Formats: sequence, C-alpha cells, structure tokens
Amino acid sequence: MRIDLPGAYSLSAPRLAAHGHHGAAEQADRALFGFWLYLMSDCVLFGSVFATFAVLANNYAGGPTGRDIFNLDYVLVETFLLLVSSVTYGFVMLALHRSSRATVQLWLGVTFLLGLGFIGMELNEFHHLVAEGAGPQRSAFLSAFFTLVGTHGLHVTSGLVWMAVMMVQITRRGLGDAVARRLGLLSLFWHFLDIVWIGVFTLVYLMGVL
Amino acid sequence: MNPVFGKLTLEAIPYHEPIIMGAVAGMGLGVVAVFALITWLGRWKWLWTEYLTSVDHKRIGVMYVILGLVMLLRGFADAIMMRAQLALSYGANQGFLPPHHYDQVFSAHGVIMILFVAMPLVVGLMNIVVPLQIGARDVAFPFLNSLSFWLTFAGMVLVNTSLAIGEFAKTGWSAYPPLSEIAFSPGVGVDYYIWSLQISGMGTLLTAVNFLVTILKMRAPGMDLMKMPVFCWTALCTSTLIVASFPVLTGTLALLTLDRTLGMHFFTNDLGGEQMMYVNLFWTWGHPEVYILVLPAFGVFSEVIATFSRKPLFGYTSMVWATAAITFLSFVVWLHHFFTMGAGANVNAFFGIATMIIAVPTGVKMFNWLFTMYRGRLSLQVPVLWTLGFMVTFAIGGMTGVLMAMPGADFVLHNSLFLIAHFHNTIIGGVVFGMFAGFNYWFPKVTGFKLHEPLGKAAFWCWLIGFYVAFLPLYVLGFMGMTRRLNHIDNPDWRPWLLVAAAGAVIIAAGIGLQLLQIAYSIYKRDELRDTTGDPWDGRTLEWATASPPPFYNFAEVPAITGRDAWAAAKEGGLARQPAGPLQDIHMPRNTPAGFLIGLLSIGLGFGLIWYIWWLAIVSALAIFAVLLWRFFDEDTDYFVPAAAVAEIEGRA
Repeated sequence: MRIDLPGAYSLSAPRLAAHGHHGAAEQADRALFGFWLYLMSDCVLFGSVFATFAVLANNYAGGPTGRDIFNLDYVLVETFLLLVSSVTYGFVMLALHRSSRATVQLWLGVTFLLGLGFIGMELNEFHHLVAEGAGPQRSAFLSAFFTLVGTHGLHVTSGLVWMAVMMVQITRRGLGDAVARRLGLLSLFWHFLDIVWIGVFTLVYLMGVL
Repeated sequence: MNPVFGKLTLEAIPYHEPIIMGAVAGMGLGVVAVFALITWLGRWKWLWTEYLTSVDHKRIGVMYVILGLVMLLRGFADAIMMRAQLALSYGANQGFLPPHHYDQVFSAHGVIMILFVAMPLVVGLMNIVVPLQIGARDVAFPFLNSLSFWLTFAGMVLVNTSLAIGEFAKTGWSAYPPLSEIAFSPGVGVDYYIWSLQISGMGTLLTAVNFLVTILKMRAPGMDLMKMPVFCWTALCTSTLIVASFPVLTGTLALLTLDRTLGMHFFTNDLGGEQMMYVNLFWTWGHPEVYILVLPAFGVFSEVIATFSRKPLFGYTSMVWATAAITFLSFVVWLHHFFTMGAGANVNAFFGIATMIIAVPTGVKMFNWLFTMYRGRLSLQVPVLWTLGFMVTFAIGGMTGVLMAMPGADFVLHNSLFLIAHFHNTIIGGVVFGMFAGFNYWFPKVTGFKLHEPLGKAAFWCWLIGFYVAFLPLYVLGFMGMTRRLNHIDNPDWRPWLLVAAAGAVIIAAGIGLQLLQIAYSIYKRDELRDTTGDPWDGRTLEWATASPPPFYNFAEVPAITGRDAWAAAKEGGLARQPAGPLQDIHMPRNTPAGFLIGLLSIGLGFGLIWYIWWLAIVSALAIFAVLLWRFFDEDTDYFVPAAAVAEIEGRA
C-alpha cells in the first residue's frame, strides 16, 4: 500500500526533542519489566500445578505415600545445591558490575555445575522411584508429584541451557549491553526457581513426610 | 506404531465422508487461489518484506484481523451446519450429520469462534490502535509481537488440518474429562484441540506481556494513565487478565496431555484422578477469558460513542474503575459454570453473588455511554449502529446472565439451550458487534479509505435482526427443557422454534455476505472513498493525529500530551499539525523472518506431537531452538531512520 501523507503535522510539543533515541538503559528497563511479567505468569503456572498437587496429595490409590518414598536427607542435599547456586549467581552479578569478564565466566561455570548437580540428583531420584514401581502412572498423588517436581526441573534445565549459551556469548563478545541485560534476566529467573523450590520442598517433601 | 508416520495412516483422511471432503476441497481451492493470485500479481517479494517478516505493529494487526475474519467464515459454516441439522433431524429423519461428525462440528465451532475469531480480532485491533493512541512508534518487543502472530497462525493451521487429516475433538470446546481422556477419546481429535490451543496460547501470552510493557512504559510524554484513551485502558486490563489466566490453561492442558500420553491420573476415573479439578482449572482460565474478549469491545464502544457524539466520554474516571473492577471480579466467579458440581449452598451463594455484582460495573459503563450520547450530536454512522445494537443486545444478555447467577435457577437451566442463548447474546452482542464497530471505525486509519456506508448499514441490520431471530428461540427452547449438543430431536413442541432459529442463521449469513461485499466494493471504489485528512471522523485521540495509513514510524515527532482527548484539544487550540521543531533521527526495529519461521516449525512440532511422530516433533523443536539462537546472536536488529529521510516522507524537506 502506498503511503500518501496529508502533510506535516504535530501537536505543539516543545518537550519531545529528548525522546528521539532509545538508549540501552531504556531497552534494558523494558526487557526487565517484560521478563518480570513473564515470571509472574510462570508463577501462575506453578500455582495451578501446586493447587493440583494439594488437591491430589492424599489420593494414593493403595500405592505408596510420601512417607514411604521420600528421603529427606537426600532432598536436603539437593536443596542446598540449588540454594548455593543462587549465591554463586549473585557473584556473577557482582563480577558483572566490576566488568570482570573472567570472574563472570568462572561463577557462571560454578553455578552451572551446581545446577547440573541438582538436576542429576533429581533424575536419580525419579529413576529410583520408577524402578521401585512408584512411577507417575501408579496413582494421582504420584502423577502430581512427578509433574510438580518435573516442571520445576524442566525450568532449571532451560536455565542451564540459557547459562551455557550466555557463556558462549560472553566468550565471543565480552560484556556488552545486551549480555549485561540478559545476565540480569537470567539472574531473576534463577532466583525465582529457587523460591519455587522452597515451596516444593515444603509442600511436597516436608509436609509429605512430617 | 510406525516409527516414521506414528499413528498417521491413509485411513486418517476421511475420503468416505463427502461433506468433509467437500469442505477440504473448498479450503484447498481457496488456498490455491490465493497463492495463484499472489503469483499472478507478482507480489511474493512484497508479501515477504511487507507482511510475513514485518515487525510493524500495524501490519501484524492487519494480519490478525484477516486471520480472524477468514476463521469467522469457517466458524460460521459450522454454525449453519448445526442449525440446518437441527432443522432437519426430527423424528425418522436423521439429518445429514451423524453424531460423530456433529460432535466435532460443535467442538470446532466453539474453539474457532473463541480462540481463532474473537481473540485475533481483539488482539488485531489492539495491535493497530494502542501504539498509535499512546503516541508510540511500535510495541515494546516488536519481534515477540511477530512471533505471537505466527504462533496464533500455527494454532489456526492445526485446527484446520484436523478437518483433512484425522478428526477434531468430539468433547465440546471445554474438553471435560473423563470424556477427553484416552480411554474415551482414543483418536487424535483431543490432541489437535490441545496442541492448537497450547501453541496459539503461547502467542497470546507473549502479546499480553508485550502490551503491558508498551502501555506502562512507552506512553508519549505527559500522558498519565488517567489521560489514556479508554481503549488503551481496556487493552491494559485485558493484558493483565491474559498474563494471570492463560498460564492456567497451559498448565491444565499439559496435565490432560500427561494423562493421555504418559498414562498419568490427574483426571481419570481410576487411581485417584479428580475430574472436577480439570473443570475448576479450566474455568479459572475460561471465565477471565470472556472478559479478555469483551473488555476491548467495551473500549471500542467508548471511543466510538465519544467521537460520534462529538463530546468527551461521560464519566471517564468511573469507566476506568469499572473496567478495573470487572478485571478483578472476573477471577472470583468461575464456579458459576458448574453450580451443579455440588460444592454446597454457601460456596454456590458466594459465587452467585460475586457473579451478580459484575452487573454493577457493567451497568456503570452502560450509563456512561448513554450519558455521553445525551445532548451529544450523535451521527448514526456504521460504528454507531453497531454500538447501539450492542447496548440493547448486551443488556438482554446481561440480564439472562444475572438470572442464571442464581444457583437455584441455574440447576434448572444448566447445559440447556437457555445457556447457549445467554452466552451468544453476550459474545455476539458484545464482542462481535464491538469488533465490527472497531473494524468500520479504524478501517480508514489503516488503509486510507472508508468502508462503503450503505452496505455497512445493510450488513448491520441483517446481523442484528438475524441475531434475534436465531437466538431468542433458544431461550424458549431452554425453558422447554432442550439441552445443548443434541443432534436429533423427537419432541414436536421444539421443532417450530428450531426452524425459526435456522431462519435466523440464514439472515446472519446474509449479513456476513454483505460485509464481504462491503469490503470488496470499498476496495474497488477506494478512490471515491479516500480520506486524505487522516482524520475522517473528526476523532479525539492520537491515532487520528497521524496520516492514514500512518507512516511506518507512526509519528514524525512524538506528541506531547497535556490532557485527555489530546487530538481534539490540539484541534480546538489550533495546534494541530504544526511542526514543532527540526526532525530527529528515528530509531526503528528491523524486519526479521525469525517469527515466521518459528511459526511454521511450530506447525511441524504440533503435528508431530498430535500423531506421535516423535522424530518430527524433535526435529521441529531443535530447529525452533536454532532459530532462537540465531536471533539471540544477531546484533543487527535495529537501525535509525535519518531525519532527512523522515523529512522527505513528511514532505518537509
């Protein structure tokens, strides 16, 4: 379609000159707010899975209960891997503010390994449960358990993929505006998953066993 | 199972069903005709650069609206088949739709009308109008916006593929378990339903995030929230509702998928499953969803009624608060969809009263519109006709809603045609009329020429009369005890009413035909209908301050705002279209094919998941990841339009 304009126009606007260029700061501000909104929607997603777990938590259908299958010591170690990884991600952000590329990479690497350890332990737990005949098909309780913990695990896994991509990007580009912005978003994501895990640990494991 | 084709065999193509094959052939011919036309006009490159890869909110909005209108034809074809079936299928006559086909038709009708007609029209108008009304140059995340559209497109393609390959859900649009579980729906119909909703729902969620950031962060200087046009307020509230409710749909459908594919027991009859959990979750999304659709329609009416009454909207502040109140209340009424669950008198009373309370802010809106017209100089143009038609029709629909909000009455009317009449009364009378009002109102802004007025009026009257003839009989039938989703009747008392309803559908069909004619004739006569002012209705808000069609950067100079109805104020003050100073370079996003590619790959992903063709699903998912990575590493995503180029486009060089 051709653009045919009726002529020049504008409202009287002495203030508008400063508004022309979008700086990196403005872009980062929008990205941060948009990502925050996405996290809130993710929170609602977790909320519906949590609610489902709460409703189905006692529907054992003659199968094992939480007390039969959960090992709190094991899960506590898993929990600490994730919590410590949040601290180490904090070090990533501190290094970013000092613009120290090598330190950023180092702490990203450490965080990645801790997250990987968490996922490894979770997969191991799932494997054992399935082998014992306590798989997700056994009862509604177990369906809800595997799905809630698994949904969190999938989020952590995508966080790990994101982290790996960031490490490649930093190797190739250094710490530019875009990288700094994305590391900030990943930081939000990673801490958010920590908070969700506190909920999982409490509702699923502690309340299931104690 | 075959490792290459999964569950897919040649049997999946319903070649022994002449009605379906006819429809498939019609759709195929339509697609071929469009492709041939583009080739004949030599417009492929133009299509690629101007639309398919565009991140311009106006272009994306246009594509949404076209998608919605095309799907309206599909959804309406389903509707007229159902009305024809019920007009014929009486006594010994079984009609032309056997139950397994009829069940797919009513399920597809609901899904398509809500998610692939109403949603794209709403999101399309938001795309076209909101950035213009707040004086922005694009949305906050232009690439995500393109991606949102192409995900919606992918969902639409999957729904329509189900017609040709396999089947659609036979469960109704809400897909309640246990019927939708694998034990009772072993075919791919429910999987088509699940994946088309999951993929398009992702697009909707991204749109909402995009518009929340756009509206809250990118308003022109001086435009406080309480100076925003009401349409922007409704877009803001609708986006809030989407962010808060669509994840529940995503989660719920994921749980149903786990039941169906991995044999879990969330909603099954055995091993501790709980069907009512699905119903609760579904309506936790589903009830806000109807307000997601109707709030922007309320916004359109507010703009239209103020413009054509030639005065500011009456009670702006109360309009905003009423919108916000509805936003909140829409989350605390979901249980009224299943009072019959047996939650107990106290629970039902709470949800019944909460439901009735929604009538209060809605009533506030009604009176505001009435008082805006009062002593205004109302001109009865097409957008106003749709608005007046809405006010009468929606008031009736609202009252039948309040009636059914009483649990006692609902126990009698639940799942009857009374309910069907009620929600069509609100969705057609509210959402559809609103979208048509908006379509007629903003068409000249998008294209630079108006729609033909007499044809628009004729279409309106056919729709309005057709609506009453088609749906008032359903209220009567509901009182007579006729339930929904029947494909055959034996009761002679129902028959006359069903015949009247079928006649109503034919009148609506005439309305749709006139609308198509209106569009075609207006394009043909575009030189006579051209608007060179950019402001054909003497509008009040900023979208009319720029040219029609607007340049790709919307505003050469970002307007500064001092009050509501900024454009009307500028015109009154004699300040309209006075250059404010030297032009600046304009920062704009570059086009990208990434959204389009991810959309196409999502079709492959969905198709693979529906038919258990795992390699296809995995390859598509990896390819989507690759496109995202490419985008992630692409640094050349934006550019500056030099001030000199802007001056040339503006004719100010």
